[in-house]
Amino acid sequence: MDLGEINPVLLVASLMVAATPLLLAAIGELVVEKAGVLNLGVEGMMIVGAISGFAISVETGSPWLGFIAAAIGGAVLSLLFVVLTQVALANQVASGLALTLFGLGFSALMGQSYVGVKPPSMGDIHIPVISDIPVIGPILFQHDPILYVGIALTAAVWATLKYTRVGLILRAVGENHDAAHALGYKVIKIRVMAILFGGACAGLGGAYISLIRVPQWTEGMTAGVGWIALALVVFASWKPWRALLGAYLFGGITVLQLNLQAAGVAIPVEYLAMSPYIITILVLVILSADKSSAPASLGRTFHASH
Amino acid sequence: MTTPLLSLQGLTKAYPGVVANDQVSFDIGEGEVHALLGENGAGKSTLVKMIYGLVKPDSGTMLLRGQPFAPAEPRAARADGIAMVFQHFSLFDALNVAENIALGMENPPKMSDLATRIREVSETYGLPLDPYRTVGDLSAGERQRVEIIRCLLQDPKLLIMDEPTSVLTPQEVEILFETLNKLRAEGTSILYISHKLEEIRTLCDHATILRLGKNVGECVPAETSARDMAEMMVGSTLQTPERSGRDFGEVALDVSGLSVPSPSEFGTALRNVHMTVRKGEVLGIGGVAGNGQDELLGVLSGEITTAADAIKFNGQPIGLLGPTTRRKLGVLTAPEERLGHAAAPDMSLTENALLTGSVREGLENNGFLKWAETKSFAEKIISAFDVRTPGPENAARSLSGGNLQKFVIGREVLQNPDVLVVNQPTWGVDAAAAASIRQAILDLAAKGTAVVCISQDLDELMEISDSFAALNEGRLSAPRPTTGLTVDEIGLMMGGAHGMEVAHV
Repeated sequence: MDLGEINPVLLVASLMVAATPLLLAAIGELVVEKAGVLNLGVEGMMIVGAISGFAISVETGSPWLGFIAAAIGGAVLSLLFVVLTQVALANQVASGLALTLFGLGFSALMGQSYVGVKPPSMGDIHIPVISDIPVIGPILFQHDPILYVGIALTAAVWATLKYTRVGLILRAVGENHDAAHALGYKVIKIRVMAILFGGACAGLGGAYISLIRVPQWTEGMTAGVGWIALALVVFASWKPWRALLGAYLFGGITVLQLNLQAAGVAIPVEYLAMSPYIITILVLVILSADKSSAPASLGRTFHASH
Repeated sequence: MTTPLLSLQGLTKAYPGVVANDQVSFDIGEGEVHALLGENGAGKSTLVKMIYGLVKPDSGTMLLRGQPFAPAEPRAARADGIAMVFQHFSLFDALNVAENIALGMENPPKMSDLATRIREVSETYGLPLDPYRTVGDLSAGERQRVEIIRCLLQDPKLLIMDEPTSVLTPQEVEILFETLNKLRAEGTSILYISHKLEEIRTLCDHATILRLGKNVGECVPAETSARDMAEMMVGSTLQTPERSGRDFGEVALDVSGLSVPSPSEFGTALRNVHMTVRKGEVLGIGGVAGNGQDELLGVLSGEITTAADAIKFNGQPIGLLGPTTRRKLGVLTAPEERLGHAAAPDMSLTENALLTGSVREGLENNGFLKWAETKSFAEKIISAFDVRTPGPENAARSLSGGNLQKFVIGREVLQNPDVLVVNQPTWGVDAAAAASIRQAILDLAAKGTAVVCISQDLDELMEISDSFAALNEGRLSAPRPTTGLTVDEIGLMMGGAHGMEVAHV
């Protein structure tokens, strides 16, 4: 065992990479839940995004097109959720679970011919001077562009929810859909847009795993990140920056436990492997002492009646 | 004669099974406070929803200052100067006052400017309000201020108020009326919906009366007595049916000194309620909705338990017993809300029959259900009460309101209760079904059951009850024999004039 082999700079840099899929999925789900919809299909949308992105970037040779395809793939799958819950008014929990099961199976089918293929690399950005600063450079300024997209998205969602009219209407719909309807807002339309946004974000998160973090395609490679994203949204009390914190905490412990495994720490591997889940949930449970912030209409089916 | 601000011509709106508005026509003048009067279910709410663009009329036209006016959605109505304060507040608890107000505006200014304007307007109209407080923490009166200021910020030509005083304290009503008078002085027209006659006499210039969806008359409230308006509302003189001195047995239900806090946040606590009901007697309890009716039913059914001695059944304290134990003793209840409280919407009629009938009808054997007996019990209810349904296997939700109500009442009546408590037994039920439900209640009383009938339908209470009491803010007036009771006296018992006195102070 040699803890000295762990390089703190690399550790921090790679925790950001490990956290990004979770962050992307969680931010999308946060918007969905703020609109009053509980979509448990995050895992399914992520894995469909992962294979959509992987397949398109292998076929076209462009990781960028791959990410765009991933977002579209996730959104298309969420469209199924839209039809079930917003048009047919089906139960959101059951529909979300169905979406996850469907996504896992469908992605395995789509991905059969891509097992073992290597995707084109996106490459990291490199800004002269800034990226070469010792310590700070490798941690903050030597990553792939999608990682920055994730952080920018967090900031954008936060600002939109807090400062814009669109955000206010979205929160209003999630808070009291009957009142929003009485004021003349199109509850279903707003929720559909939110669900599609959530699907696209989950798709991006999935593709980040298959194109950058791993990068290759294996069945079920999202490995429960979608479920952690769902928990993260709740424990982050529906606050974007807190979701980012939670994602980095989860990513950090994931990377740390991998490093500890590599260093040969005398703790059984299983305990190390479960530690990110346990510690993230414990910390966020303590943080989320204020229960009041759940959108009041969350998970309730809206049907306009007079 | 000048062009009226808004002219309604032959508005008709039908829902499956009921015509909510039938050829309704009237005019609202500029700067006029126009009252829209009518009982529950007379079609007032549907009418204003058409004006506000929430519901599209089936036929008929509206003219706004002589121009055709057909708002497709509330946005369009708001753009044309129509603003509405809702009966059930359309507010968002988790958002602050300014955000709530911004949501009701077409082109809200920046939040900081809006907050300043909210402060200005609220000071001008004597409705102080802090723009940054969270709405969930506000009182009912303050919440209504949020709605009113939301409307005022848009300089409305017509302000629609749907039962604005039903949740207000008398002091708040007084403030509200001052505000409305100020608005009228500035030339804003107000369409004021209420069934509180004295309020309308105090406030309104003109009144239109709706009954069963039809415009049945107009009057000038200040020159019309409350009694005349009430008779226009109900369509006939309030009849006092003959109650020949039927002999009552001994006291079956004895409530004394009953005080209970409301289980819900916006409910009304019961305060020191006393009443006795004898065997064979029907006690009618009137009062405006939200004055403690639901709480009274809950405490009599056993959903809310209280001090043991506060409620006695045949001399036995039952205040601490739950609903099932009370059912076993013979105290049965039928709550107001058909879907969700009285019946489980997605369960079949057979299953619903079992839910309240299992104890008294012996439909259960050591935890196993006797489906055959339950089904025949359900079929008995269906045939005895003429419930129109293909069979007992149908879900409760699939029945029309009237048919389900017959089933729910019939289910209790057929269990031969010693005490039966019903809340709004004929609410939203057509006339024929209502008559058969009332007849069933009277028949039950003739067999010696003590009946408590809570209702907002005064006609109904006059028809079936032997004595009458009124709930007002959780207090029950002393019961009086129905025979010889006048409308004015009933109005006093309901606290109708109470609000008026305060408004004059």
